[in-house]
Amino acid sequence: MRAAEAIEAPAARRTSVQDNEASLGRLMLAPAVIYITALIGFPFLLALFYSVSNVTVGSTGMRFVGLENFRAAFENPTFLRSLRNSFVFAFGSQSLVLILATILAISLQKEFRGKWFVRLLILLPWVAPISIGSIGWLWILEPIYSVINWTLRSIGIFGPGTWPIWLGQPRLAMASVIAVHVWRLLPLATVILLGGLSSIPQDLYDAASIDGANMWRRHFQITIPLVRPILLVALLFGVVFAFTDMTVIWVLTRGGPYEQTQVLATLAFYTGIDGGDLAGGAAIALFLFPLLAASAIILLRLARRTEAF
Amino acid sequence: MTSAQARLRKWGGKTVSFGIIAAFTLFAAFPFVWMVITSFKQTNDLLNPTHNPFLFHQTPTLDNWRILFFDSQFGRWVVNTLLVGGSVVVITLLLAIPAGYSLARLTGKAGEKFGIAIFLTYLVPSTILFIPLSRVVSTLGLQDTLWALILVYPSFTVPFCTWLLMGFFKVIPRDLEEAAMIDGLSRFGAFLRVIIPMSVAGILTVVIFTLTLVVQEFVYCLTFITRSSHFTISVGVPTVLVRGDVYFWGSLMGACFISSIPVAILYNFFVDRFIAGFTVGSVKG
Amino acid sequence: MAIVETKNIKKRFGDSFAVDGVDLATKEGEFLVLLGPSGCGKTTLLRMIAGLEKQTSGDVLIGGSVVNELPPRARKIAMVFQSYALYPHMTVQQNIAFPLRAQGVKRSEIPGRVEKAASMFGIQKYLDRKPRQLSGGERQRVALARAVVRQPDVFLLDEPLSNLDAKLRTSARDELQQFQRRLGTTTIYVTHDQVEAMGLGDRIAVMNQGKVRQLGPPQDVYTDPADTFVAGFLGSPPMNFFHRDDLTVGFRPEHFLPQGLHEGGEPTIRLWFELKRVENLGADRLLYGNLRDVFRDQKVIVNLPSSMHLHLTPGSAYEFAVKEKDVKYFDRSTGVRTKPRPFWNHA
Repeated sequence: MRAAEAIEAPAARRTSVQDNEASLGRLMLAPAVIYITALIGFPFLLALFYSVSNVTVGSTGMRFVGLENFRAAFENPTFLRSLRNSFVFAFGSQSLVLILATILAISLQKEFRGKWFVRLLILLPWVAPISIGSIGWLWILEPIYSVINWTLRSIGIFGPGTWPIWLGQPRLAMASVIAVHVWRLLPLATVILLGGLSSIPQDLYDAASIDGANMWRRHFQITIPLVRPILLVALLFGVVFAFTDMTVIWVLTRGGPYEQTQVLATLAFYTGIDGGDLAGGAAIALFLFPLLAASAIILLRLARRTEAF
Repeated sequence: MTSAQARLRKWGGKTVSFGIIAAFTLFAAFPFVWMVITSFKQTNDLLNPTHNPFLFHQTPTLDNWRILFFDSQFGRWVVNTLLVGGSVVVITLLLAIPAGYSLARLTGKAGEKFGIAIFLTYLVPSTILFIPLSRVVSTLGLQDTLWALILVYPSFTVPFCTWLLMGFFKVIPRDLEEAAMIDGLSRFGAFLRVIIPMSVAGILTVVIFTLTLVVQEFVYCLTFITRSSHFTISVGVPTVLVRGDVYFWGSLMGACFISSIPVAILYNFFVDRFIAGFTVGSVKG
Repeated sequence: MAIVETKNIKKRFGDSFAVDGVDLATKEGEFLVLLGPSGCGKTTLLRMIAGLEKQTSGDVLIGGSVVNELPPRARKIAMVFQSYALYPHMTVQQNIAFPLRAQGVKRSEIPGRVEKAASMFGIQKYLDRKPRQLSGGERQRVALARAVVRQPDVFLLDEPLSNLDAKLRTSARDELQQFQRRLGTTTIYVTHDQVEAMGLGDRIAVMNQGKVRQLGPPQDVYTDPADTFVAGFLGSPPMNFFHRDDLTVGFRPEHFLPQGLHEGGEPTIRLWFELKRVENLGADRLLYGNLRDVFRDQKVIVNLPSSMHLHLTPGSAYEFAVKEKDVKYFDRSTGVRTKPRPFWNHA
């Protein structure tokens, strides 16, 4: 009798949710999943819905208009310009980040005195709020008071006729905006790469040294191929950030001059919020989605293929 | 090669390395140095194109700082940012910690896929979501309040933090929970009393990461909030410290400096952990 | 082919010296083994010879010239690492070709030389595979092929057999020695396994705590140890040591035999042996017990070949003996070998 009871008790306890792993798992996951569905999934669907409607900020009703918004976008030269700029901005800044981050990460591998301080300084652009850093650059690139111009003029590189208006001249504006974006993302990419570099065993470098490889060969034939997977992940993040960032451009140029630095992200903001055309804004923003999805798929596939060892 | 050649190459290599690091450090840090210098300059000094901007032609002044702290809404914005930051951290922890644990331990193969899916939602940008969210926010009557931010911000912290924590939890050996369960705790009890105390490092990383994301956020705040007293630092500084077309550069640069450095110092302590979490997760997933 | 020398070479890490003044000179074409426990400095010494570590003081000479300032690639050496250090993203072919490309060998010559090196170790059929597709033994051969392909003056090997299965190790050892004999290149080999050292080395340098304790051919180091460390490190089971006053006395387990088995009439020392336990290891029998009299209650191990059919019962005492010449005497405090000072009675 006693033994039977003793066996009964534990069985009853096992069905409590604290022990039932399957339901505990679901329960613990639920709040996060509900939240994400409500605040990412639902708005995403809403964005899709808006883009095929005619809703504006003031409107109370909503009418289905099919692909009208998308068609209108393609006929709008500003939209096409923004589309082109988004690509230029994203790929321009990311290629620079990739190259510079690789160089910097390799240089930072060795230990040296004060390395922690150097790292703190190098991280600053990433850690400082985006808008804050951008305002700093706004001052540095200021039309009249730019410290860059002043310095280059006083050491003689700029002649009397040369005074670039960094944010006011069309080509220069795009270059400046790309430069600031590179400035911002370089620390993140470098730190990610450093993490990847540290996973390469020192033995391989030793063997290469003995085999006769000088520094260039060691880096090009060993280091870079072995960090390729991580490089691609860093690239993915960078491309996503570059396509979707509106802050840097908004602060520096507001999309000007004459829409020369307008990108899809900022155009969506102007159309939807400043302009009140929610449907149009949503349509523009949605153009980003296939771009992002495609980049993600391509890069993740490339990363998986290079899982060398 | 001869010994002399070898020595030359070594020193050449060292100089190049040093040069590269110095150049990048200058590139990264110069704007901040410039912010500090500018913030101490008198306006006349600052706005005179003939003055060497690297020197102080008039005595340095604390005027800009005074204006910043006492004459503007900067203090207000700091409070707002901290309020929002703190609340969002709490919400993120409440959602992401159980979710991360569940994905790491309780949901098996399906859990792995779910984890990746959650991670991918991080890539759905605010640029697509901010328009529908502005409508949601105004429908809920939260337009122009900090609550709007507190509600929406976890949408970009929870996915990434869940994925980060999943990686951290996976690395803890299962033996520990199993020993606790043999000793009398339930699975959930083991989670609360054994796993969480052991994951303080990972949790702190999540806290710091969340805080930096909140402080950085720009688009949602600009979209949802119109009253200047309700801005966070990130939006207040670029928009309000500009009266008409006149930029109060001195105070502006001071604000920028103050907004960046504390976060940077805090972040610096945790960046190693953060990257470890990053690479652990990416290798597995 | 070249002679490697080190002159009073030292390496300091923090407060201690990993290598504390080593003078070494290899003979041309010899297989020199650096033997010692972990932490004795043997790997550090090897790495300094290779140029992977910079010595704190002292010189390294290869072929008569000082190479202190030269980077590894300028020293005409090749090295095989414990982990093999194969480039994981390259095929076997590319791995072996790497040193040739790095040295600027003509493109057209490379495949031929790779083929030759690979065939020396029988790995031609693996040329298109990646390291992760190979077994431990195969990877080791690729590492050797890569070392050989440049025809270096010196080979440096850092415990290359320790990652292999025990069974594989013996055959690998055999192959390694044959290949070195064939090439005749001066080789320095690091290991902590004294069986390997005895089997492979023309000479062995026994190291402990950064210093070389003894340098000599295997038989000399074995039968004529310079101190208790060398005596105790070589030989398995290790030498039996007994203490009395200021002396340490030692003899090897295989030299302590039942009195009746000593032939040849050489002077022996007789000691009573109380047998406690027997281990049958197949080819040998190990007898564990104590001595009496002068070394009362001190433990001793005896190694009896099982070809000697003797019936021995645990719990009984037997009269065993050891030849006088097989007993070694050491100073108890320093461990250094001293002249024989017998202090016991014998027939």
